[in-house]
Amino acid sequence: MALPSYATPIQRTYYYFYLFFCAVVFFFLIAPLFAIIPISFSVSPFMVFTEGMLAWPPDPEAWSLRWYKNMIGDCSADVVSSTVPCSTKWMVGTVNSFYIGIIATVIATALGTLAALGLSRPHMPYKGLIMAILISPMIVPLIITAAGMFFFYARINLVYTFTGVILAHVALATPFVVITVTATLVGFDMNMVKAAQSLGAKPMRTFFKVIMPLILPGIISGALFAFITSFDEVVIVMFMASIDQLTIPKQMWAGIRQEISPVILCMATCLVLLSIFLLTTVELLRRRSEKLRGIKPR
Amino acid sequence: MEVTISTAELLTTDGVPLKQSLRKAERRNKLRAFLLVFPLLFFIVVTFVMPIGDMLLRSIDDSQINSVFPNTFKEYKNWDKAADELPPEEVYKSLFFELANGDKRQIGKALTRMNYAKSGWKSLIKKTTREIKKIVKKGEEPVSYKETFIKINKFWGDPTYWYSFNQMVNDRSSIYYWNAVDRTYSEDGDVVLQDERRRMYIKTWFRTFKVSVYVTIFCLILGFPVAHLLANLPLRYSNLLMIFVLLPFWTSLLVRTTAWIVMLQQNGVINGILVWLGIVSDEGRLQMVYNETGTLIAMTQILLPFMILPLYSVMRVIPKSHMRAAQNLGAKPAMAFWRVYLPQTIPGISAGGLLVFVLAIGYFITPELVGGKDGKLIGSWIAYHLKTTLNWGLCAALGGILLGIMLILYWLYNKIVGIDNIKLG
Repeated sequence: MALPSYATPIQRTYYYFYLFFCAVVFFFLIAPLFAIIPISFSVSPFMVFTEGMLAWPPDPEAWSLRWYKNMIGDCSADVVSSTVPCSTKWMVGTVNSFYIGIIATVIATALGTLAALGLSRPHMPYKGLIMAILISPMIVPLIITAAGMFFFYARINLVYTFTGVILAHVALATPFVVITVTATLVGFDMNMVKAAQSLGAKPMRTFFKVIMPLILPGIISGALFAFITSFDEVVIVMFMASIDQLTIPKQMWAGIRQEISPVILCMATCLVLLSIFLLTTVELLRRRSEKLRGIKPR
Repeated sequence: MEVTISTAELLTTDGVPLKQSLRKAERRNKLRAFLLVFPLLFFIVVTFVMPIGDMLLRSIDDSQINSVFPNTFKEYKNWDKAADELPPEEVYKSLFFELANGDKRQIGKALTRMNYAKSGWKSLIKKTTREIKKIVKKGEEPVSYKETFIKINKFWGDPTYWYSFNQMVNDRSSIYYWNAVDRTYSEDGDVVLQDERRRMYIKTWFRTFKVSVYVTIFCLILGFPVAHLLANLPLRYSNLLMIFVLLPFWTSLLVRTTAWIVMLQQNGVINGILVWLGIVSDEGRLQMVYNETGTLIAMTQILLPFMILPLYSVMRVIPKSHMRAAQNLGAKPAMAFWRVYLPQTIPGISAGGLLVFVLAIGYFITPELVGGKDGKLIGSWIAYHLKTTLNWGLCAALGGILLGIMLILYWLYNKIVGIDNIKLG
C-alpha cells in the first residue's frame, strides 16, 4: 500500500490527501462515542465541556462522580441537583433490560441454532423461501414491526406485558443467530458426523460431542448479537411495554426527550464499555472458529 | 463367455427395490431437515408474519362502522342520488333506531371514522343522539323521521353530509391509502387532493426519500476510500482499524444519537471548537441539531458501517495486480481506477447503497430525536398515529406503503447480492 519510489509529486499529494481523508472519516466514526465519556464526569448539570474541565492544570473541582451516583440511585445531598431528578429508574431499567435480554437470547439462540442446522443440510426443501421468511424480522423497519405487533398482540392481550416484549425481541433476534451459525456451518465437514455415526453415536450424542464443540464459537457470537439486539431495542419496548416497565434504552429515550441530563451520558459510557467488551469477545471467537475449522487467516 | 445382463431391478438386502428405498431415505432426510427448521419457522410466522399481515388487513378494513350502521347503509345504497336530493325516509328511520339502540362505545369508534370522511360528523351525531334518546324516552313515535332529523339539526338536510357515507358503505376501503398520499374522496366519490392544511404526507414522503438519498451518497463518498484503505492494508493494521468501523456498529443506537446531540448542540463540542478557533462568533453559533442537518449528519455516521462492510468484502478479493497491469499497459492511474478498479467494486457499491438506503427510509429513532420539526421522516408519522391519534387505519396504510417500497428494494438486493449472503462483521 506504500507509495512506490517513482511516484510523481501529484501522486504523492493525492496519496497523502487520501490518507488524510480516511483519517477524518475514522475520526468522524469514533469521536462522538469518546466525546461523551469525559462529559459524564462533569460537575455541571449540562451536557457540555465546562471551562474548568478544559483548564490547565486540571481543576479537580470540575470533575465528579455525582451523575454516576445519581445513576445507581444514590440520592444523597451532594448528588441532587435542582434540574436533574434522582430516582432508582435507571437501576430498574438495567435489571429489566438484562432480564428481557437474557430470556430472549436463550430462546432465540436455541431456535436459531436448530434452524441453522436444518438449513445447512443438503436436503432442505424450499431453502430460499424459508430463509427469506426467517430473515424478514431483520429487514422490515422496526416501526412497521412495532405497529403490526402492537395491533396483533393487543388482540390477544399481550401488550403491556413482558411476555409480549420478550416474544417480539426473540423474533427480532433470531435472524442474527441464524446468519452467524449458518456462516459457521459453511466450512463444516459433514464427514465428521458420518464418522461419529459409523462409530455408533446416536444423533443427540453426535450433536453434543462432535457438532456443538466445533460450531460453539458461532453459536456464542450469534447469542451475543441476539443479546445486543434485544438490549438496545427501544421502538418495540416503547409501544409494547407499559409505562412503568422501563428498560435502559427506554429510559434514555425519555431522558433525551424530556430532561436532558448528564446521567444519560453515564449510562451511555457504560454501554460503550459494554460494546467494546462484546466486540472483543466476538472477534476472538471468530478467530477461534476459523482456527477450529482450519481456515487460515487471510 | 456369455454375459448375462440382469434386467431385474436392483434390490436392497431387504428385497425392496433400490430406487424406492433411496427415495424413502431422501424423503426422510428432507423431513428431518424440515423438522429442525420448523420450530423457528412456526415461531416467526406466529409472532412476526401474522402481525404484519394483520396490519395490512387493517389498512383496508372498514368493517367496524358497517357493523354499527348495517341497516342504514343497506337502505342508503337504494338512494337514487340523481332523482332525490335527500336520502329516502327509510335511511333516516334506520339511522334513528341504530343511534337510539346502538352500543355507545362502538358508535364512538364509528364517529372517529366518520370524521375522517367529513369533519363535523362527530358533533352532529352526538347532538342528534341526545335528542333522539329524549324522544324515545318520551315514547313518541315521529310521523316523519326525516323531518325530525332536520328539526334537530339543519345539517341533516345538507346532502354533502350524506354523500360522505359513500366511502364508508363497504367493508373494504382504500381511503387510508389515499389519505397516506394526501388524497381523499370528494362528495361524488372521486379521488381529490386534501385541503391545503391537511397535506403533510407527500411532503414527508419526499423528505424521507431526499434524506435517504443524501445519506446513501454521503456514506458512499465517505465509505469508499476507507473500505479501499482497509482492503489494501496488511491484515494486522486493517484488523486494528476495523475496530473503528465495528465499534460504532456494536454501540447502542441511542448512545450514538445522544453523542451527536452533545456534539452538535448550540453550546456543544463542535460549536465550542469553532468559537475557540474564531471561525464563528459566540453569538453566531451554528444551529446543527433539531433540524434536517442534524438528521443527515447523525444518520450518515450511524449507517456508515453498513456501507463500509460490504464494500470492504468486495474490495478484498480484487487482485492488486489488475491496477498494475492497467498502468503497465499505459493507463494513467485515474484512468486505471475508472476503467479497471471501479467496475469491479460495483457489486459492493450496490449492496452497500441499497442496504443504507433501505435502512434509512425506515429510520425512526434518530430523526425523531435530532430531527426537530423539519427533519422528521415517515416513521415518525406512523408512531404518531399509532400512539397519539389512534388513527390505526392510516398508521397501517403508511406502514403498508413503506413495506411495499422495502420489498421492492429487497427484491432488487436479492437479485444483485442474494439475501443469504448477508454477513455480520
